[in-house]
Amino acid sequence: MSKHTISTDEKPGMFDKPQNVKRVLYALFTCVVLLLSIDLFYHKHGIFTWESSFGFYSVYGFVACVILVIIAKYVLRPLVMRKEDYYND
Amino acid sequence: MINALPPAVIMILGGLLVPLFKGRAKQALLLLLPVISFINLLQLPHGSHWVYPFLGDQIILARVDKLSLIFGYIFHLVAFLSALYALHVKDNVQNVAGTVYAGAAIGAVFAGDMFTLFVFWEMLTISATFLILARRTERALGAGFRYFMVHVAGGLCLLAGIIMHVSQTGSAAFDLIGLGTTASWFIFVGIGVNCAWPFLHPWLTDAYPEATITGTIFLSAFTTKTAIYALARAFPGTEELIFIGGAMAAFPIFYAVIENDLRRVLAYSLINQVGFMVVGIGIGTALSINGAVAHAFNDLLFKGLLFMTMGAVMYRTGKINATDLGGLYKSMPWTCGFCIVGAASISAFPLFSGFVSKSMVMEAAAHGDMRWLWFILLFASAGVFHHAGIKIPFFAFFSHDSGIRCKEAPRHMLLAMGISAILCILIGCFPQYLYSMLPYATDYQPYSISHVLAQSQLLVFSALAFTLLLLAGIYPAEIRSVNVDADWIYRKGGHQIYRFCKWAFNGINDWADRIFVQQFTKLLAQFFEEPGGNLQKYGYRLWVEGCGIPDDQEHVGKKIDSRSRTAAYPVGVGVLLAVMILALASLLLYLR
Repeated sequence: MSKHTISTDEKPGMFDKPQNVKRVLYALFTCVVLLLSIDLFYHKHGIFTWESSFGFYSVYGFVACVILVIIAKYVLRPLVMRKEDYYND
Repeated sequence: MINALPPAVIMILGGLLVPLFKGRAKQALLLLLPVISFINLLQLPHGSHWVYPFLGDQIILARVDKLSLIFGYIFHLVAFLSALYALHVKDNVQNVAGTVYAGAAIGAVFAGDMFTLFVFWEMLTISATFLILARRTERALGAGFRYFMVHVAGGLCLLAGIIMHVSQTGSAAFDLIGLGTTASWFIFVGIGVNCAWPFLHPWLTDAYPEATITGTIFLSAFTTKTAIYALARAFPGTEELIFIGGAMAAFPIFYAVIENDLRRVLAYSLINQVGFMVVGIGIGTALSINGAVAHAFNDLLFKGLLFMTMGAVMYRTGKINATDLGGLYKSMPWTCGFCIVGAASISAFPLFSGFVSKSMVMEAAAHGDMRWLWFILLFASAGVFHHAGIKIPFFAFFSHDSGIRCKEAPRHMLLAMGISAILCILIGCFPQYLYSMLPYATDYQPYSISHVLAQSQLLVFSALAFTLLLLAGIYPAEIRSVNVDADWIYRKGGHQIYRFCKWAFNGINDWADRIFVQQFTKLLAQFFEEPGGNLQKYGYRLWVEGCGIPDDQEHVGKKIDSRSRTAAYPVGVGVLLAVMILALASLLLYLR
């Protein structure tokens, strides 16, 4: 190995360690549980009636994203995806 | 009289002078122009200035009021940040085009009449095209050409509308128009092209990712926001805009999820954000228009910031596809941090700028009891976090390690990104300064416990969905591909039209050539070699066939030939023809 190799490159990054990735995931899951449980104690005010019902925003956010990904992957992609040189001919 | 110059003059004329300078002097000039132009703007009191008579009407170079001023301020700020970001660029084409482009946008928002607006509108198109062409790749050339064609078509539509409007109303003042007359529809659609409405939008997602790294920063700022200004000025409260804006907010997020080119992902999310603004203008209440303008202000900063971070990644790695990137947080930690700030802002996290403006539009929709619209906008809010908030930073800076090791972005880029990021946070934390600049006075309070909690839940559960889908392997893998969009109509459809025209018109041409040029003239030439003889021969043949008498063609033909060769006719052929024409003419005259 030549001595010109940049040594900083050899340092493992923060997310090269699996336990750090796990920590991030646990932090996210904690936030999820905390935010949802606040709904039990705090009554949100909204303009629409359903806004104050338990977990409306949580469920909507989750379901919206799952539907978004499912439609994009299984409906839109088969419809619109072409090879990279599609327009080149 | 005021001791100032019209708002656009300094940027445009100054921009044209840039090639005369070199090195540090040029860099200083590029940075100073927006600053001087901004100081000049501050000298202008409210009202109309530089009013000149023109074609029986008047042109107004500067109409200064709250709506034009807030756009003027943010355009200057973004012009400065973009110039700072592009400080390393030595290419005169880009330097001039970028500065003139920003100047044209400033000119357009201060234009008090439609003629001035149109001139600056076209100047936007031309200078923007150069920012795309300056990449000097084959793809950029094609994208630039398409960009130019689409915008010229849009510009002509606008011009047609303006001319009709002026001749009908007798006034060229650029004020509230409202939909109704044919003229207003032409103006509406003309603005819509620049605003990237559905089906008119593909110029944006086609061209912005093909422009130069720094050119895209300029491009992302001015064209669409100038169109938003024009809509807010001429078509507030137009119901059609609610539908258009709703569609704009919703459909691009699907594309953004499957797109591989990260700058194209941002281009789609640009349309999504502009959708919120269009909705705000369409609802037309003071709250919603304030929301639209405030969101335009914030979007200029956070979308610019996101494009800057992706530009920096591209500048250092030469790559922009999600499939090629990943793990860059080790090499470019600052850029990564700024990207996350931009992502949090566009996703409207509490304490970031998007939160304080997007919610105004949402609330205006709820106040108007527009339920379906509210659900769509909420869906778009969750979606934008999904693709711009998570996907962009995740695939560029985290995800799998691509093995790319590069230097951190250059200092001037970091500075431009840093200022943008700080502004995003400051506006998010202290929105009252932004609110005080809005066209309508407002005491809107974004930070209520309910609102913060609702938005946090929406976003965190979106993040949960992303994480779970990714861990489960359902999240669509990035694939090198082209996703067909509405530009297919003219990119492939154009070929088809070309092919059809080739088949149809060349077919007609071939046929005409065969019949008229080759066969018909040949026959004519043969006939007129011996017109008299031929006439007799054909006449004889007709007579023979008609009467059914025995055929003696060979003999008679020979006799006719020998007679015509020796010209042994009682009357010359020429005389015969002349008599026939005279007879025909007199018959025609008699019939009349």
